[in-house]
Amino acid sequence: MFKRLPESEAQLNAHPVALKVNGMEVFCREGDSVAAALFAAGLLDCRDTPVKGVPRGPFCMMGVCFDCLVEINGMPNQQGCMVLAKPGMNIERQLGAREVQT
Amino acid sequence: MSASTKESISNQRHHKGVYDALVIGGGLVGSAIAFGLRQEVDHVAVLDEGDVAFRASRGNFGLVWVQSKGMGMPAYGHWTVSSQRLWSVLAEKLEAITGLEVGLEQKGGLHAVLTEHEYESRVQFMNKLIEQPGMIQYQWKMLDRKELLDMVPGIGPEVLGASWTEIDGVANPLKMLRALHTAFDVQSVDYLPEHPVADIHFKNNIFEMGTPHGIVRAKKIVIASGLGNQLLGNQIGLSIPVRPQRGQIIVLERTKRMLQLPFATLRQMDEGTWLIGDSQEEAAYADDVVGLPILATLANRAVRTIPKLRDVRVVRSWSALRVMSKDGFPIYEESPQFPGAFVATCHSGVTLAAAHALRLAPMVVEGKLSEEMAPFSTRRFNVQATT
Repeated sequence: MFKRLPESEAQLNAHPVALKVNGMEVFCREGDSVAAALFAAGLLDCRDTPVKGVPRGPFCMMGVCFDCLVEINGMPNQQGCMVLAKPGMNIERQLGAREVQT
Repeated sequence: MSASTKESISNQRHHKGVYDALVIGGGLVGSAIAFGLRQEVDHVAVLDEGDVAFRASRGNFGLVWVQSKGMGMPAYGHWTVSSQRLWSVLAEKLEAITGLEVGLEQKGGLHAVLTEHEYESRVQFMNKLIEQPGMIQYQWKMLDRKELLDMVPGIGPEVLGASWTEIDGVANPLKMLRALHTAFDVQSVDYLPEHPVADIHFKNNIFEMGTPHGIVRAKKIVIASGLGNQLLGNQIGLSIPVRPQRGQIIVLERTKRMLQLPFATLRQMDEGTWLIGDSQEEAAYADDVVGLPILATLANRAVRTIPKLRDVRVVRSWSALRVMSKDGFPIYEESPQFPGAFVATCHSGVTLAAAHALRLAPMVVEGKLSEEMAPFSTRRFNVQATT
């Protein structure tokens, strides 16, 4: 589906950033957003919708559509396209609506 | 549904002749009245200004609210309660016609107090309100902290209690507006956007509205143009003292439903987002800015009410303009100079939607506002204060 340009591929190989996505190790390049890293790794959907549980993935890539929500380091409902991927980041699928604990 | 939705985008008039009734204003007030008129007569039109209008109906909080209302005018308390009682009838009618639910929940409502002073003031205010001569009577109760905790788990340590009624509630104002406009499509009400009214003339018992798309004629008209009422009122010989009062709202991200009962300034929508609101500012027509002093105050009170909201993200904030009359109460009146021309204006277009659709609209069709509407006329602004 998505394929890195040769320059991007070279940057990835020179300085790979290791992330954990749903328990699996995934590598991206420095400067990738979380959403871009997911796409590059072939992961097209990252959450299930609150009402019908339908899978959704990043769409607008600019902070508007909220379709790229993921859990990052335990924080739910993070917009993957607005967060830079950092080494060791733990990214989990957003399962429906987040909760507010009482 | 898709075919009729498509048609709604065009400004085609289905009815070419004189309308039985016409509403100027396509917001919640105008739309509710037009919906009600259509249940009584065949040919109804709504003239809407377009998206240059201030659009209070797109920015409101969506309470269907009774407590606190009517201090100084018991008739307003009665009118509000009558609307609250009819709301489910209106919601059911709309759903039957359009298939759309409008998120009505009438399970009770709360007004939180965070200090001893607020607690005492609230008790005094509610007692005074309900004890007014001629005031509508309904059950209300001051809940202490423990009683409130049973109803709303998760309140913060500063929350001392809340005033509560069983009859308060909420709706989803955007879904409501959509349902009313969808009903226009289904029932062939001519909704005509980009039709600001420049002038109104009365000839041979017919009203003629001048618009950029030509003259539109009707036997009866209702002016429900929010902040535009002042100018349009002049056209029918009424002086309508309304001004903008700005309110700011913070929207939090969607979460699983947690808050079942609304607070007057904090609610969770049917689909999971949270609204924090209810500021009041005199800021003229500046509805395109929000400000940190107000937003911070709103947010601070919300997290003191439910501390766990501290971790829930803000996704937007906006301001919108309430349509406030001189004394804060609605204005309903038939023009003495041009019988058949009415004005309707208020700042509670959601709460009063049912009264507008199911009580006011039939009076307009009949051509006479009932006795109980007399307190809402602009004559009240001309009375000399007695000493």
